[in-house]
Amino acid sequence: MNIHEYQAKELLRDYGVPVPDGKLATTPAEAETAARGLPGDVVVVKAQVHAGGRGKAGGIRLAQSAKEAKHVTSEILGMTLRSHQTGPEGKVVRKVYVEAGSEIESEFYLAVVLDRSAEKLAIIASTEGGMEIEEVAARSPEKIFTVTVDPNVGLAAYQVRQIGFSLGFDMDRIAKLDPFLQALMRLFVEKDASLIEINPLVVTKSGDLIALDAKLGFDDNALYRHPEIAKLRDPEEEDAREREAKEIDLAYVGLDGNIGCMVNGAGLAMATLDVISVCGGNPANFLDAGGGADKDKVRDAFKLILRDPKVKAILVNIFGGIVRCDLIAEGVVAAASDLGLEVPLIVRLQGNRATEGRAILAGSGLNITPVETLREAGEAAVAAVGGRGR
Amino acid sequence: MSILCDKSTKLLVQGLGRMGRLHAKLSIEYGTQVVGGVAPGKGGQLIDGIPVFDTVREAVEDTRANASVIFVPPAGAADAVLEAADAGLDLVACITEGIPALDMLRAKRALAGSPMRLIGPNCPGVVTPEQCRIGIMPAQITRPGPVGVVSRSGTLTYEAVDQLSRLGIGQTTCLGIGGDPIIGTTFIDALGLFEEDPATKAIVMIGEIGGSAEEEAAEFIKGHMQTPVVAFIAGQNAPAGKRMGHAGAIIAGGKGRASDKMAALEAAGVVVSRSPAEIGSTLAESVPGLSR
Repeated sequence: MNIHEYQAKELLRDYGVPVPDGKLATTPAEAETAARGLPGDVVVVKAQVHAGGRGKAGGIRLAQSAKEAKHVTSEILGMTLRSHQTGPEGKVVRKVYVEAGSEIESEFYLAVVLDRSAEKLAIIASTEGGMEIEEVAARSPEKIFTVTVDPNVGLAAYQVRQIGFSLGFDMDRIAKLDPFLQALMRLFVEKDASLIEINPLVVTKSGDLIALDAKLGFDDNALYRHPEIAKLRDPEEEDAREREAKEIDLAYVGLDGNIGCMVNGAGLAMATLDVISVCGGNPANFLDAGGGADKDKVRDAFKLILRDPKVKAILVNIFGGIVRCDLIAEGVVAAASDLGLEVPLIVRLQGNRATEGRAILAGSGLNITPVETLREAGEAAVAAVGGRGR
Repeated sequence: MSILCDKSTKLLVQGLGRMGRLHAKLSIEYGTQVVGGVAPGKGGQLIDGIPVFDTVREAVEDTRANASVIFVPPAGAADAVLEAADAGLDLVACITEGIPALDMLRAKRALAGSPMRLIGPNCPGVVTPEQCRIGIMPAQITRPGPVGVVSRSGTLTYEAVDQLSRLGIGQTTCLGIGGDPIIGTTFIDALGLFEEDPATKAIVMIGEIGGSAEEEAAEFIKGHMQTPVVAFIAGQNAPAGKRMGHAGAIIAGGKGRASDKMAALEAAGVVVSRSPAEIGSTLAESVPGLSR
């Protein structure tokens, strides 16, 4: 789960990480009041959406006065912000963060992530502040410095020095970096974060370290023990169908093809997309109905798939390990008749009680194409939409 | 021959909820020696004919168990792994899905130096055909033979095993290593075990998008393996930045794409099947003489 910059900065502030003063605003008038309450003349108005690349997209603007902040906010609020991270449809800006301007001397990059290969946490640092780290990694990987940290041991002083010297800091500045990094680590571990990205980390003209921008992500599997973090979820920022799927305990990802898919198991669901594509078709979605799929779940899944107007056929692919194919078949029949299904339906049932399941489908009187193998499933689905989709 | 478990394996079940009880029963029916269960506070009872203990240590002392399977809910699952290690078990398969990543990270670091082998979490477990079933796999689709199967997925493993069995190609051991970012036994560990097993004549490896475990496995295969490997990578059509069901299946920061993994494996001499429908036939073609 991702959160907004203003929420991230509030958390950072709680942990003692220096961030500029700022206030959230949802109207131009609020922005004006907020700007008046901030130190200094210059303020920055920042669109609050869950995507990077806001600056280039016109979502971050400087204002020299509170009046100008009001004007700038009126232009940003309601705009559809399009960056390389939002997709072509963009994101509508519903709120802005009004922040005191900073006297920037130099900019750096800092992040804390889970390092899957090292099986530790990793702190990533770079002198290339303000740039996207993927770009730096591709162009000048020597400018990225990484230390890995065992969470059972914690971040050691020598590691802070390694990071500090890699950024060209002297010992005075490293003394300021130490509490900064320790606070980030504490936040990561205590709140079960999945990502903390400070980009840029700024050294001000007075020599202080400030987190000028901040992106925080959290482990969905740990939200149950952090209700205060779960509360920060902004449903407006999530894809409507993915959100709905999550609420009924289905894993769904919308794609741009025309063959709807319902599968049990994440790996088989991915492989089903692959087989459709190998057969020359395009899947409309990824959908993992999970190990506990039953009649109700199947109906919910069908409803969700059919909400996508692009869907011209549905492929059901079930390999019953624990899941009983006869129960799935009952669900498919019920969903197809209840929902008045009009698109072709291709169903493959294998494994646990598959024979019983196939008999239920055959006896239903519904127009269902039964298939045996994964290859037949892909071929039949692609044939049903008349060959290559999109 | 097999890896990890066989007829002599004595299995405990940690967590006797609905799933734990169901799969304990199915494992017993398959011929697995399920010698006890662990459910704190229920020690001394018999559940479905299985003696229950309060702690893993007590269960091991009483039953001489050497392996366990964990069905404990996410909040307590990492703790169950540590308890199993403390009791001196050789092998633990953690089936639980949804464990916080940091819990597993801490547990994995704490297991460093422990002789216990952890499989999973978020995995279907392990089956040695006609000998031992640990976890939730539909063991009836397996058959004994010369191929080792290792996979990050559950149902896709069943699909691959089913394709093999239908072609008359049996398996030494079928192993699901799990779809989480932090797992106990990696591809490299599993490939190493199969390489040392004289009965395993070929290996099917099923990877998926996310992380770099397949690339690391490719390096290992290049440097350390003689046994032929056939692979499939799921998620060739997955969009970047989206989690595809498994917690670990996500292309992030330009890393973890299926195409990169397939290229790395091919460069290491692995035959990679483009289609998930042809995993079995690809193996049969590239390594003749496996079917019976």
